[in-house]
Amino acid sequence: MDLKVNVEHVAKAAVVHIEGEVDLYSSKKVREEIMRLTNARTRIIVIDLASVKYMDSSGVATLIEGLQQSRKYDGRFSLAALQPNVREVFELTRLDRVFEIHIDWKSALENPTP
Amino acid sequence: MSEPIIQIKNLHSRYGTREILKGINLDVYKDETLVILGRSGCGKSTLLRHIIGLQKQSQGDIFVKGVNMARASDAERDEVLKKSGMLFQGAALFNSMTVGDNVALPLVEHTPLEPSTIEIMTRMKLELVGLSGFESFMPAQLSGGMKKRAALARALAMDPDILFCDEPSAGLDPIVAAGIDYLILKLKRAFKMTIMVVTHELASVFLIADRIALLDDGQVIFLGTREDMKNSSNPKIIQFLQRQPDEEVVDRELYLNSLIGTKYL
Repeated sequence: MDLKVNVEHVAKAAVVHIEGEVDLYSSKKVREEIMRLTNARTRIIVIDLASVKYMDSSGVATLIEGLQQSRKYDGRFSLAALQPNVREVFELTRLDRVFEIHIDWKSALENPTP
Repeated sequence: MSEPIIQIKNLHSRYGTREILKGINLDVYKDETLVILGRSGCGKSTLLRHIIGLQKQSQGDIFVKGVNMARASDAERDEVLKKSGMLFQGAALFNSMTVGDNVALPLVEHTPLEPSTIEIMTRMKLELVGLSGFESFMPAQLSGGMKKRAALARALAMDPDILFCDEPSAGLDPIVAAGIDYLILKLKRAFKMTIMVVTHELASVFLIADRIALLDDGQVIFLGTREDMKNSSNPKIIQFLQRQPDEEVVDRELYLNSLIGTKYL
């Protein structure tokens, strides 16, 4: 299944909706969109993972890069709607403690901290 | 049980005139840890080399994820191998490269990922094997156990769904060896990988195996769980479990011939 990445702008925030599997060959597409937003110093970035059933370590590394870049300008970078398989990857790598994680992208916009 | 992810059918292998594998039939199921056990020279490592395509069989077929490894095109075989990790017996790190570069190498070679992404992934894999902060070390600066861990991190670089380990604890002291075994267990739980381990270390077998295949003289003489093995009455299994040496059978004529060769007869 081809990976789809769609960026929706909501006020000062950008919600990155991802659909498909994020792996070694598709994660570059996610990175490009995230870097475009961090280069534009977008204040609030929410990564909506509701339609991502699989993410490998390249996808996780890409999100770490996004977090790293947004911190350089005090931006907010959060994740939303992690599916069980993806959540497990974050828990095993203890990155669930590093990222701000919300149940869905709307609550990520409404509540700055989970 | 799920579908087999690896199927070995009537595999024969030779080194010159010497037949090493004599008709191996074996299925490996998704997410299981199968240990290939056997004494030195029984063909364990040869079997692994066949599965990953480093050696061509004289007869038989090996299917990995449905792909016939001997008959597939290079592209098909590469696709399967990219998602397979291999921990070699001697770690096989490139000594002229740092630990980090060794781990990153498969990603640099086989993926379109940016160097910054690869750098983070490399650190993640090293963290996973307990070598966080060692990316700039050279292999020569690592102990034997650390080299194995670094090699394991490299085997995991591409997020494999099948991991092959050839004698993971060979040459390590029992405590370091146990550390590698526990690491394999942790990886299995964490990533739901299918793991195939070749070893002759009984302690490892009873710690990590879901199923065990005992190889003897190029054939699978036992296939079952740890409990099945402990309860077996097969004399060869009992000999292996009790670590008994072979009985010394001395045929005077054969012994003499082996010393003087056949040219004087």
